[in-house]
Amino acid sequence: MTKLLSEFAIGESGKIVKVNGDGAVRRRLFDMGVTPGATVMLRKKAPLGDPIEVNLRGYELTLRKTEAACVEVELS
Amino acid sequence: MKTFALAGNPNCGKTTLFNALTGSTAHVGNWPGVTVDKREGVYRGGSEKVNIVDLPGIYSLSPYTPEEVISRNFILDEKPDGIINIVDATNLERNLYLTTQLLEMDVPLIIALNMMDEVEKAGDSIDVKALESAIGVPVVAISALRKKGIKELMDRAIAMNSERKGVTVLGKSLAPKIERAKQFFAATDVSSPLFHAIKMLEGDEIELKHAGAQELFNEISAGQDMEAAVADERYTYISEHFSAAKNKKEKAALTKSDKVDKVLTHRIWGLPIFAVILLVIFHLTFSEDLLYIGAIAEAAGSPLPTFEDIGFAISEDTEIYENFGIALAACFYDGAVFSPGVILTNLLNLVLGYISYGIGLGVEAAGAADWAVGLINDGIVGGITAVLGFLPQILTLFLFFSILEDTGYMARVAFILDRIFRRFGLSGRAFMPMIMGFGCSLPAMINTRTLADEQERTATIRVIPFFSCGAKLPILTAIAGGFCALVGFDNVDLITYSMYLLGIIVAIVSVIVMRSTTMRGEVPPFIMELPAYHMPGFKNLMLHLWDKTKHFVKKAFTIIFASTIIIWFLQSFRWNWTFIADGSIQDSILASIGQFIQPLFTPLGFGSQLNEYGWVFAVAAITGLIAKENVIATFSVLAAMFVANFEGTEEGVAEAIVMIENTGITAPALISFIMFNMTTIPCFAAVATAKAELPKGRFGWTILFWLVTSYIVGTVVYTVGGWWWTLFIWLAVFAAIGTVIVLNNTGKIKLPSLRRRKG
Repeated sequence: MTKLLSEFAIGESGKIVKVNGDGAVRRRLFDMGVTPGATVMLRKKAPLGDPIEVNLRGYELTLRKTEAACVEVELS
Repeated sequence: MKTFALAGNPNCGKTTLFNALTGSTAHVGNWPGVTVDKREGVYRGGSEKVNIVDLPGIYSLSPYTPEEVISRNFILDEKPDGIINIVDATNLERNLYLTTQLLEMDVPLIIALNMMDEVEKAGDSIDVKALESAIGVPVVAISALRKKGIKELMDRAIAMNSERKGVTVLGKSLAPKIERAKQFFAATDVSSPLFHAIKMLEGDEIELKHAGAQELFNEISAGQDMEAAVADERYTYISEHFSAAKNKKEKAALTKSDKVDKVLTHRIWGLPIFAVILLVIFHLTFSEDLLYIGAIAEAAGSPLPTFEDIGFAISEDTEIYENFGIALAACFYDGAVFSPGVILTNLLNLVLGYISYGIGLGVEAAGAADWAVGLINDGIVGGITAVLGFLPQILTLFLFFSILEDTGYMARVAFILDRIFRRFGLSGRAFMPMIMGFGCSLPAMINTRTLADEQERTATIRVIPFFSCGAKLPILTAIAGGFCALVGFDNVDLITYSMYLLGIIVAIVSVIVMRSTTMRGEVPPFIMELPAYHMPGFKNLMLHLWDKTKHFVKKAFTIIFASTIIIWFLQSFRWNWTFIADGSIQDSILASIGQFIQPLFTPLGFGSQLNEYGWVFAVAAITGLIAKENVIATFSVLAAMFVANFEGTEEGVAEAIVMIENTGITAPALISFIMFNMTTIPCFAAVATAKAELPKGRFGWTILFWLVTSYIVGTVVYTVGGWWWTLFIWLAVFAAIGTVIVLNNTGKIKLPSLRRRKG
């Protein structure tokens, strides 16, 4: 089942299948290692629910929900 | 002399390595056109001296942030003799992503594998030899913090071949495409054709601008998503080859950093903990009653004695020089224990006091003319001490915020607060500079360097002075005190508090207006690493502070100093160029300037409606430009016009009352005067900092912005305070302006286009 990263619950993880979005945001996601094939896990949400923190390629990355909505993930 | 560039991700220990390499030879400048620090220094530990240039911390060589463009252009255009790529061994996979791009450039490359000790401590291991043979460039394990492996790193760097051809890790499926693009760039005169070729395949804006590149790109990519393909291949290559080099043990349940993080960014406790940390920092920097010991003792019924209580008066300037012991002791305690920030300020001011006293005696002994004595004592020495006097608290505040930054907590603060700030068109990172503004605008403005987006940065720098700084507090307390005496209202606290609040509201409204008109732009993306927490290095903190001190002192002795002398001249001379020796400032050039501009302040309540002495407010506002405390100090001088043998009070309330009684100013106009001073052009030190920190071409507009904002704020406060029903007129006006902006932005109506300049 695929799901947008922005809709993840805490603790859920999966494999990225597609990264959408426009120029700068997409490029930045790629540069930070958010590429198809990588495994992500939602670690936590900020006190107000947004942004979110994910574990990816052995480090912690934070991004907003709007940006996480660009990332399609196959749930594991 | 050879030049090496240091390149690497943020938080990989690059600055630490740079400090270890260059020590005291380092100096900080700006990269041309942008306010990103450029650090340079000389390494002397090897067979020859080497020039080291520290490139900004970057994750990639894409053209989207100024840091990335700077690094890319430096390597391609300045052609350093080599790149030292510092790689965080604890986060190999993401760090090597940049390495794969650096490999594609025709520049010698050496990898400094940092934090190997951390890796070993965690029970993991990395096979350095295997890594070196896989990548094909030298790899040296180091610990920048413990200065291990640095000599070997530099020896091998210096011994590197001066030529290296770029190689790529991108594999078979892309190879023909890369080859075609490379042929294209090889035919032009650019260096590193391979690098340009691959960047073009990624759809890089800069590369597509080459003549013919766009057409070739369309042909080669044939609609395929090359950008994703290239990024994917890089990471695939890295994980295939270097997971082997790194022999990772199963990760323990929770590292220490994870445990700390769990508390600090807790869903419920995250925000309160942050508020407490902030309070502690401000308390340690500005409080004159450490840990509230004095207040507690007083509440308990046995207040701690002041020096005056036990028979030593030290409030009079002259006595300081007669009783050094008491003066020194009073730097630490006077009825309450002071905070470290206040103690340092007192100590510095004590020293400066002696120096200016000594200079004063010297000048008098030399028999200089009155005006020369005045120039040296009040103009030069007074000006310098006024500005340098801020230094201890600025640095203390800086130190605390540097610690928060270095430990990795600052990134979490941005994480916690981003949601709130996005409403105003800012990112969570803008919060820190703003809150620092309550202490002092200078470190606050410098700290906006953490904001990547220029529009966001400009907007933030402009509103920082609205967060009322420590030096503006005397204006508040004195005039609010006078105000309370005038109207018979007994809550100075409430007035002061409302003024602070009003400042914040003005800041928020200004930001929203700017972000939807002249400083328009998307909220920049918030995709960043949350680095693991670690202890900050003492040496790094000190070097950081030393940088700031040099920066500030240099500024203090140029622009701030010059402006201070000008104001001194204006208030000390008559139009006929004679010196005013007896302090009757009402005859000065400044006073007539005050009289001249006084009518301008009529809508604000302290203009033509006041009696013939109404100009004192205009004059005080001008002297406030040197340092905001001067507003009240000027009142004190001017009070002598009205009251013979005027005795001032420490809080300046008596001064304010004299002014109120003798000028016929009304209560709403007083509040308007406070708000005008809080939101107008800040002190010269802050103005100079703003000039240095703002993008090119924004400084003049910023001055105008401050003037216009303070004028509007003062007018609104005065009219609404005087005639309550004008509130509805203002609301209607603002609503109309707001509607026009919204309609214009949504494309419903078309205003003649607002100037939109590019930095």
